[in-house]
Amino acid sequence: MSDTILPTRIALVGNPNSGKTALFNALTGARQKVANYPGVTVERKEGMVSTPGGRRVSVLDLPGTYSLRARSPDEVVTRDVVLGHLAGEASPEIIVCVADSTNLRLVLRLALELKKVGRPMMLALNMYDIAERQGIRIDIEGLSKALGVPVVTTVAVRKRGLDLLLQQVDLLAGNAGQAGTWHEPSASEIREAHREAERILRDYVKPPLRPDTWTGRLDGVLLHPVAGTIILMAILFLMFQAVFTWATPLMDLIDEGFTQLGALVAQYVPEGLLQSFISDGLIAGVGSVVVFLPQILILFFFIILLEDFGCVARAAFLMDRLMGVAGLHGRAFIPLLSSFACAIPGVMAARVIDNKRDRITTILVAPLTTCSARIPVYTLIIAAFIPDRQVWGFANLQGLVMFGLYAAGISSALIVAFIVRKLLWRSASEPFLIELPAYKMPDPKNVLRGVYTRGQVFLRRAGTTILSLMVLVWFLSTFPNAPAGATGPAIDYSFAGMLGRFLHPLFAPIGFSWQMVVALIPGMAAREVAVGALGTVYAVSGEIGEGTLGATLAAQWPLAAALSFLAWYVFAPQCLSTLAVVRRETGGWLWPSVMFGYMMALAYIASYITFHIASAWAG
Amino acid sequence: MRLSNLGKGATGVVKGIDASAQDDSIGVGELERRLLEMGFVEGARFQVLHEGLIGRDPIAIKLDDMRVALRRREAQAILVEPPVKLAAE
Repeated sequence: MSDTILPTRIALVGNPNSGKTALFNALTGARQKVANYPGVTVERKEGMVSTPGGRRVSVLDLPGTYSLRARSPDEVVTRDVVLGHLAGEASPEIIVCVADSTNLRLVLRLALELKKVGRPMMLALNMYDIAERQGIRIDIEGLSKALGVPVVTTVAVRKRGLDLLLQQVDLLAGNAGQAGTWHEPSASEIREAHREAERILRDYVKPPLRPDTWTGRLDGVLLHPVAGTIILMAILFLMFQAVFTWATPLMDLIDEGFTQLGALVAQYVPEGLLQSFISDGLIAGVGSVVVFLPQILILFFFIILLEDFGCVARAAFLMDRLMGVAGLHGRAFIPLLSSFACAIPGVMAARVIDNKRDRITTILVAPLTTCSARIPVYTLIIAAFIPDRQVWGFANLQGLVMFGLYAAGISSALIVAFIVRKLLWRSASEPFLIELPAYKMPDPKNVLRGVYTRGQVFLRRAGTTILSLMVLVWFLSTFPNAPAGATGPAIDYSFAGMLGRFLHPLFAPIGFSWQMVVALIPGMAAREVAVGALGTVYAVSGEIGEGTLGATLAAQWPLAAALSFLAWYVFAPQCLSTLAVVRRETGGWLWPSVMFGYMMALAYIASYITFHIASAWAG
Repeated sequence: MRLSNLGKGATGVVKGIDASAQDDSIGVGELERRLLEMGFVEGARFQVLHEGLIGRDPIAIKLDDMRVALRRREAQAILVEPPVKLAAE
C-alpha cells in the first residue's frame, strides 16, 4: 500500500442542511482548496487532515442531496464522484454519510442507498449536542448493527467527535468494500427503502422528549404571508443600509492608505514612466477596487448568516408565488440572491433548478440582479452626486438611492423573466418542493470562514484579472505619448483617447463623455474595473490632484450624465466573465448572445430616458 | 381527498401518490419519486402550517418530524385522509 505517500480519500455525502460543510471546516480547518470540477461549474471543496494513526486524509465535501438519482447537475457530481464515474476524479475510498441527528428519517434512506455503492462507509451523526438537548435517544450500537456500518457522533461546531471519526477512517482504510449493486431505484424500491429506514428509526431512535419548539414558533411569524414578507423586506433593506453605512469608515481607511502609498512612491521614485506606472497604473487601479472589499464582506456576511440560520428556504417559500408570477421557480430565488454577490455564482447556482427552461430563464435574468461588482460603481457615483442627508427622519438619501438601484435590478429581472417565458415557452414549470430546515444558530467560525473565502475570491480577481486590465488601461492611456508642444492632457493623444472618441458618437445621445466611454471598455472585463479605469483616466489626465476621484467626477460630469451612467450599470452586460460562464452552462453561444443583446438594448434605452428626463429636470 | 384541497391547520395522513395528472413537466413517475424522497410516503402524518400570500399558494407542511414547502399543483398528487384515531393514543 502506498498509504504513506498518497492520502486516503474520503467524501462527505449528506442531505442539505446536515452541517456537512461545518464538519468539513472542522476537519480540515484552513487546509482547504476551493476550485471547480473540470468541465462543470460545481464547486469542488477539498481539504487535508491527519488521523490519530498518522494517516493523511483528503476530505471531499460533496454537494448535498436526498438521493443518488441526481436531479440537478450538483447532484450529478455527487452521484458520479460516489460511483467513481467522474472523469479526472478518483472515487473516494471511504464514504462518510453526514446526518443531522435531529432529522434522521430521510438521511437513513440515503444511507441505505449509499451502502449499495459497496464502498466502505460510516455514518456521522452530526449536531449530536442538539439531539441530546432535545432528549432524542439514539441507540448508536443498534443503529450501527442495523445499518451494517460504523456510526460516530459529532458536533462539528465544537470539534467534538472528530477523533472518533478519524479513528474509524483508520479502521476502514484499505478495506476494499464489495461490488456495487446500486442502480436508479424505482418508486416501489424507494418505498421499500423508506419502510426499512422507518423501521430502523422506530427501533433505535426515541423521539425527542423536549422537541424543538422554536422552529414552529418562529415559522408562525416568519412564514406568515404578510408578516414574513414584511420581515424579509426589512432584513434586505437593513442589509443594504448596512453595506452602505458600516463599510464607510473602513473604506475611508483603505482609501487613505492607498493615497499615502501613492504619495510615498512619488517621493522616492523619480518622475517619469516608472512613477506613472506604479502610482497611476498599479496603486490607483488596485486601490480603487480593494477599497470596496468591506462592502463585499458585509454583504456576504448577511447572505451566509441568512443561509446558515435557515432563512433562505423560507425566503424561497415566501417568494415562490411572486417568482411564479414572473414565470420563475421559487428556487430561482436562491440563484438570484447569490447574484447579489456576483452573477457568476448566481448563474451557476441556477443548477439547483432541474428543469432546463426554468434554468435558462433564471440564468438570463440573473445578471440583472445587482451584483457586488456594481457596488464600487454605484457608491462612487452616489457619493459624488447624491447629497448625504436624512430623509423622512430615518433613511439616508444615499442608501435610499442604492436601494432604488437594487429595486430596479430585481424588478427588471422579474419583468424580463416574465417576457422570456411568455415569448419563448409556456410549458408547465418545475415542481417546487423544498425542505424547510429547523432554525439553527449560525456558528460564527463557519460564517467567518465563508466570508473569508468569498473575500479571498474577490481579492484574487482584484489581484489578477483586474490588475492586468488596469495595466492594460494604463498602457492604452499612456501610449503613444503626447507629441511635442501638445496643449491638451496626454491621454487625449493615447490609444484610449482615440478609442473613446471613436465610439463616443454612439454614446453621446445618452450623455456619456469620451472618458466615460474609455472606462466602459475595460469595464467589460468586470464591472468594478470601470472605477479603476476612471481613476486611471483621470489620474493620468493630471486632474486628480485636488481630491478624490469622486470629487473629480462631481466637478467634471453633469448630474444627468452621472445618473445616465448609473442607469447604464443597472442593465448593461458589462462583464465578459458572466457571458463566458453562461456559455459554459448553456453549452453554446446562443444564450450569451441573447443575453448580451437584450441587456445592451435595455441599458441604452434606460440611460437614454434617464439622461433626457434628468437634463430636462435639471434645466 | 387531495392535499391540495386542504387549508391552514388541516391534519391527516398520507394515503398514497397519484401523479397521473402531472405528467407534463418532468415526466411520468418522476414527481412520484421526488415526493417519496421528500418523505411523502404512505402513513406519514402531516399538518398544513402556512399558506402563501397570493392564491394561498405554496403551502408549508409539517410532515412527520420535518417541514416541507410545496405548491398546490404538486400537492394535488398527494392523496390524504383525516388522521386515524388510534386507541392507544
